[in-house]
Amino acid sequence: MTTTNQVLKKVAGEGYKYGFVTDIESDTAPPGLNEDTVRFISEKKNDPDWMLEWRLKAFRYFMTLLEKSATPKWANVQHPPIDFQKIVYYAAPKVKEKLGSLDEVDPEILKTYEKLGISLNEQKLLAGVAVDAVFDSVSITTTFKKELGKKGIIFCSMSDAIQEHPELVKKYLGSVVPYSDNFYAALNAAVFSDGSFCYIPKGVRCPYELTTYFRINYQESGQFERTLIIADEGSFVSYLEGCSAPMFDTNQLHAAVVELVALDDSEIKYSTIQNWYPGDENGKGGVYNFVTKRGICSGRNSKISWTQVETGAAITWKYPSVILQGDNSIGEFYSVALVKGMQQADTGTKMIHIGKNTRSRIIAKGISAGKAQNTYRGLVRVQPKADQARNFTQCDSLLIGDKCGAHTTPYVEVKNKSAHLEHEAYTSRVSEDQIFYCNQRGISIEDANALIINGFCREVFKQLPMEFAVEATRLLEANLEGAVG
Amino acid sequence: MLEIRNLHANIDDKEILKGISLDVKAGELHAIMGPNGSGKSTLANVLAGKPSYKVTGGEVLLENQDLISMLPEERARAGLFLCFQHPVEVPGVRMDQFLRQSFNDIRKSKGEDQLDVLKFDKMLKEKVEIVGIDYSFVKRSVNEGFSGGEKKRNEILQMAVLQPKLAILDEPDSGLDVDALRQVAQAINNLRTDKNAVILVTHYQRILDYVVPDKVHVFVNGTIVQSGDKKLALEIESKGYDKYEERAGKDISA
Repeated sequence: MTTTNQVLKKVAGEGYKYGFVTDIESDTAPPGLNEDTVRFISEKKNDPDWMLEWRLKAFRYFMTLLEKSATPKWANVQHPPIDFQKIVYYAAPKVKEKLGSLDEVDPEILKTYEKLGISLNEQKLLAGVAVDAVFDSVSITTTFKKELGKKGIIFCSMSDAIQEHPELVKKYLGSVVPYSDNFYAALNAAVFSDGSFCYIPKGVRCPYELTTYFRINYQESGQFERTLIIADEGSFVSYLEGCSAPMFDTNQLHAAVVELVALDDSEIKYSTIQNWYPGDENGKGGVYNFVTKRGICSGRNSKISWTQVETGAAITWKYPSVILQGDNSIGEFYSVALVKGMQQADTGTKMIHIGKNTRSRIIAKGISAGKAQNTYRGLVRVQPKADQARNFTQCDSLLIGDKCGAHTTPYVEVKNKSAHLEHEAYTSRVSEDQIFYCNQRGISIEDANALIINGFCREVFKQLPMEFAVEATRLLEANLEGAVG
Repeated sequence: MLEIRNLHANIDDKEILKGISLDVKAGELHAIMGPNGSGKSTLANVLAGKPSYKVTGGEVLLENQDLISMLPEERARAGLFLCFQHPVEVPGVRMDQFLRQSFNDIRKSKGEDQLDVLKFDKMLKEKVEIVGIDYSFVKRSVNEGFSGGEKKRNEILQMAVLQPKLAILDEPDSGLDVDALRQVAQAINNLRTDKNAVILVTHYQRILDYVVPDKVHVFVNGTIVQSGDKKLALEIESKGYDKYEERAGKDISA
């Protein structure tokens, strides 16, 4: 009889469906990082002077960190030192001119996105979803630009935003995550090449789910995109990003920065489905996902909600955070992090309560299988003037097998006595009894596992937009194939 | 329907079932009665294929198929249903989703069409009424935070949906008050046909006031020490299991 344990032993990193490489000519920078690299990228992007200056400041700061080897060392992850001089900091599909319409996009790239299940053809897109497609270092196309434009919504690549909306970019870029924030944020500021930009004007509810799909294709490249979303007073936007990469036996570095700004009475809902290549079962290859994401509720009654489903990447290091500056503002963090094989994840959030009556809610679900290590790391800080701040934190771990690990590291700093904090945490296993119960109802071991794990994640999945919740469920199941018992 | 021949089973190398033989025909309801620790729940779990039990001898045929070599899910798909004494919680998995998966997996294994959400929901509503529970029940997570009585009724609801050929009810009466007991018994009666069979494992006679057995077996120390009809249950009610336990004790020493 197949017992749970026998199935467990089949643990393997099989079935990464998005591992193909698109055969296309790339326009690349020579490997390595020096001032010329930054100038090269800046020139490619046709940066205005202020942008180049900002990049160079960031670059100089980064070099001081690099000399001190000041990479972040506190995370519960292990990897060989990264040789920053071997990375290609700019890779773009070769095109003759600037893209005007989809017809000018290389058919190979369109095929890539089709294979990923993402049509860039507006007619074929899901109703109510607008897409920005980022391929290696550049944005390929953005759909529904015109329709969005009618409402005054700006949704475009960061490159376009720098050219067309310099006043907004200048005002907000680096305002939430300054280049000096941390090692990878400094690197990103120096060499970022694209990303998505979004501005929702006063009182507008964005009618589309705004979506960016990031794709790494070039083997030696890093991807350093920067996303900036600004919700003006009384506006609402729901934004989703998806990521995938080919299977290479080398590691790719993905060091992105995301900044969100929510003004008075506005709301930003930011969802991530991250499925970078995780490496093979022996831990060879895979993407290093070192990302800084932060939002500021700068206005009163504003709200920022992060939802993330992290299933890919060899190493994930990210802490989507909210600075609750405006009175009565709300920050939320919903996370599912699945690791299997040799994957490592150190992820969580920071909720910084500054304004009065600010509230935050953290629901983190970690699933570990194989020999993988999963760490929740979260900080809740209540500043002296944050009267009546409230936080609820729940971080749960589910272990599959006996060779994986789950770690929970919550930090709490309270400087105001009126604060009210709650923390719940539990660790559980998919029990033999649960599996047997499902089996007795005719459900196979694999399906039983999927059912139990989906149940475990339900609180987070229900935060996702409908279509993506279905997608997330499927992704989780595909990732668990053969990895559980 | 079910033939058990000289069945032996262990848990952790300790023999619990010491040669059970039993014949259950379509349309019949057999009550298995016995004191705590007599092995009657073990029999229920062994028939369902619980992995922690090891069959060491004998054979079991369900409609002439060898049950012992089948996986638990294959037994379920062949029409065997276990009403658990202590059903586990499956947090976050809604009852209706769980049941639909179960229902459709069983149908799929037989090459039958699966029911979509709407059709399944309609059927589920009817079953909920038969079992006498509120429909809001099926929107809750499987057994999570259910009272003892709710868990039992939930098991009966699942039986009503899956309509098994052979239902093994492991103490469906334990922990129920009289009203709940009557409702559960009523639901069991409603589900009986001349094509299916029921094995009812119980400690007490009282459920047999509502569910009439065709045969009653007394289980002591891993064997059936006495078989009879309904009257046997009444006798146990008044005199207890002492007589049988003494006899079994003698058998062991002899």
